[in-house]
Amino acid sequence: MTMLEIENLHATAGDAEILKGIDLTIRPGEIHAIMGPNGSGKSTLAGVLSGRAAFEVTKGSILYQGKNLQELDPEQRAREGIFLAFQYPVEIPGVTNNYFLKASLNAIRTHRGEEELDAMDFLSVVKEKMKIVEMPKDLMGRSINEGFSGGEKKRNEVLQMLLLEPKLMVLDETDSGLDIDALRVVATGVNHLRSPERSMLVITHYQRLLDYIVPDVVHVLSEGRIVRSGGRELALELEEKGYGWIEEAGA
Amino acid sequence: MKDALQSAQARFLAQATERIPPPAFVELRREATAAFTDRGLPTMKQEEWRHTNIAHLAGIEWAALHEPLAPPRSAIEDVATPIFACGLEVFIDGHHHPELHGSPGASEVETLGSTPAPPALLGRLADAKAHPFVALNGALACDGARVRVHGDDPRAVHLVFAQGSEDAASHPRVVIDAERGSRGTIILDHVSLAGARHFANSVVEVEIAEEASLDLVILQRAGGTSFHVGHVAGRVERNGRLRTHTISLGGRFVRNDLEVVLAGEGAECTMNGLYLGLGEGLIDNHTWVDHAVPHCTSRELYKGVLTGSARGVFRGRVVVRPDAQKSEATQSNPNLLLSDGAEIDTKPQLEIYANDVKCSHGAAIGRLDPESLFYLRSRGIGEDEARGLLTRGFAAEVLSALPEPSLAEAMSAVFLEKLEATGQRT
Ligand SMILES: Nc1ncnc2c1ncn2[C@@H]1O[C@H](COP(=O)(O)OP(=O)(O)OP(=O)(O)O)[C@@H](O)[C@H]1O
Ligand SMILES: [Mg+2]
Repeated sequence: MTMLEIENLHATAGDAEILKGIDLTIRPGEIHAIMGPNGSGKSTLAGVLSGRAAFEVTKGSILYQGKNLQELDPEQRAREGIFLAFQYPVEIPGVTNNYFLKASLNAIRTHRGEEELDAMDFLSVVKEKMKIVEMPKDLMGRSINEGFSGGEKKRNEVLQMLLLEPKLMVLDETDSGLDIDALRVVATGVNHLRSPERSMLVITHYQRLLDYIVPDVVHVLSEGRIVRSGGRELALELEEKGYGWIEEAGA
Repeated sequence: MKDALQSAQARFLAQATERIPPPAFVELRREATAAFTDRGLPTMKQEEWRHTNIAHLAGIEWAALHEPLAPPRSAIEDVATPIFACGLEVFIDGHHHPELHGSPGASEVETLGSTPAPPALLGRLADAKAHPFVALNGALACDGARVRVHGDDPRAVHLVFAQGSEDAASHPRVVIDAERGSRGTIILDHVSLAGARHFANSVVEVEIAEEASLDLVILQRAGGTSFHVGHVAGRVERNGRLRTHTISLGGRFVRNDLEVVLAGEGAECTMNGLYLGLGEGLIDNHTWVDHAVPHCTSRELYKGVLTGSARGVFRGRVVVRPDAQKSEATQSNPNLLLSDGAEIDTKPQLEIYANDVKCSHGAAIGRLDPESLFYLRSRGIGEDEARGLLTRGFAAEVLSALPEPSLAEAMSAVFLEKLEATGQRT
C-alpha cells in the first residue's frame, strides 16, 4: 500500500487558490524533499495534510494508507500516524511541556490500544529521547515553547516526533534558523526514525539539510504546482542556479 | 423588585431579633442592624451594584439555622480535600464544629461564638454603613474565627466553611491580626456538603501590622447552586505585605468585594483573582485599593473564564491620595470567553490625585487561540481536552501564585474538574 497518494489537489485559503493541482505519491520508507520559492504553497500543503482549518480542499483527493484523509480531524490524523513539525511552533503559556508531551503520547498510545504511561514511565521514555536531540532538561518544566530559542523550538518538534513515532512525517523548514551543530542534532533525531515503514516529506530551502537527511526524490513547488521532480542532484542544481531556470522552463 | 428586597430585608431583620447573639457579637449586631434597617438590600441604582441584580437572591426565603448539622470528618474531607493545614477549623452552616479541629500551629485560632469579648478589630475595617451585605452580616453573624498570626508560621491555617442544609444562610465573620513581623498563610475554604442551595455571606477583616506578611486565600468552590457574597476589608501598615488570592470556581451568584487600605509607607498589596463563570452563573468582583500614604505598591491580576451563558463583572478601583507620591499600582484583568453566550463587564477605575506615581492598567477579552488549539490537536490531543488544557493554562498564572505548590496543584485540578463537569461550549 502507498503511504500517501495525492491526486490533482486544489486548495484555497479564503478566496485565494493556493494549491493548483498537485500530484504526489510517497511509498513506505521513502523520503521526499520539497523545495520552492517563498509563498509557493509548501506550508499550505503541509497544513492541508495535517488538517489545518484555514485551508479548504476544493478538488482532488488525498489518500493516507488508503484512507480518505479529509474525513479525519487533526487529532485523528495524528493518532493515525501523521506528524507535522511546525515551521513556527506555537508558544502556549501555562501548560508545561512535560504535561503536554505526556498527554499527547498517551492519547496516541490509547488509540493504538496500548496502555497509558504513568508519570514515572513517561519520564524514563522522554529522558532517553531528550538525549538524542540534546535537549536541556529544564525545557520540560517550562511552558510549551514559551521563551524557547528558535533552535530549542525545533528540537522540541523533533523530540515530539521521536516520542510519538509517526508513520508519515512532514517537516516544514525544521532546519531554518539552526546553527550547524543544531542542524546535525536535529537531523540525527530525524534519521533515528528512518525505517522501511516510515515516510517523510521534508520541506526545506537548503540543500545542506539534504546532506544529512538524504532524500529519494526532490520536488520543486512553484505557484501551487509541482513543476519539477528529480533525484537529490536536483537540490544541488537549485542551490547553484536558483529557481528562475525551472520557472522559465516550465512556462 | 423593590418589594422583594423589602420583604427580604424584613425577613432578615426578624431573624436578628430571634435570639441573643454570643457576647462577642452583641455590639456589632446592634450597630449593624441599625445600618441594615436604614439601607436595606442594594438595588441596581446604586453604583456599586449597577451590573448585579440581587433579585434572585432576595427572592429565596433563607433560613437561619441554630442547630447545625454534625457531619462526620470524612464528609468534610470529601469536599475540602486536600485538607491543607494543621490549623484546621470547620464551620457548618456558619456554626463552629468543635470535633473537627486540627492541631494548632504557631497561629492562634479562637472561635468568635465562644469568645467572651469582641476582638478590637471586629467591625473596625468593614463598614456596615457603606456596604449592605456587611450590615447584613453584622446583624446576623453568630460565629466565626479570630486568627492571630505570630512569628513565622510555616503551617497554613485552614478554615472550612461548609454549607449543609438546603436554603440555609450563614453569615460567618473572620478577624485576622497579622502581628508585627509575622509570616503566615490563611485559607478560607467555602464548600458545599451536599450540593444544596445555600447562601453564604461572609465578612473578613484583616490587619497587617508593620513588617508582617500574610497570604490570604479565599476559595469559593461550593458549586453551581450556591449564592456567595464575600467582603474582605484589609489594612496594611508600614512595610507590611498582604497577598490575597480570591479563587471563585462556579456558583449561581458570586459577589466578592475586596478593599485594602495601604496605610503605612512601604506597604504592599498583591491581589490575585481567578473566577470561573459556569452555566447561568453570575460572578462579580469589586476591588478597591487605597494608596493613602507615599511609597506603597499594589499589584492586581484578576483572570476570568466564562462559559455557557455566565456573566462576569469586574470593577477595579484604585485611589491614590494627593500626598501618596511614589505610589506604584498595576492592574490587569484578562478574560477568556469560551462560549458565545458568556459575557463580561470589565472596567478599571483609576482615581489618581498625586503626580509622581507609576500606574498602569489593562483589561482584555479574548477567546482560545485557534493556532494553539490546532497545535495541541495535531499532537493527538482531542479537541475537548485541548480546550481544557489551554483554559487551565490561562488560569495557571493566578493559580501558580498560590502560597503552597500543593495548593496550586489541587486548585488546578478542581478548576479543570468544574470546567469539565459543567462547561458547555457553543
Ligand atoms: N490562511 C491564509 N489566508 C490567506 N492566504 C494564505 C493563508 N495561508 C497562506 N496564504 C498564502 O498562500 C501562499 C502560500 O503560502 P505558504 O505559507 O504555503 O508558502 P510557503 O511555500 O510555505 O512559503 P515560505 O517558504 O515562505 O514558508 C502565500 O501567498 C500566503 O500568503
Ligand atoms: Mg512555509
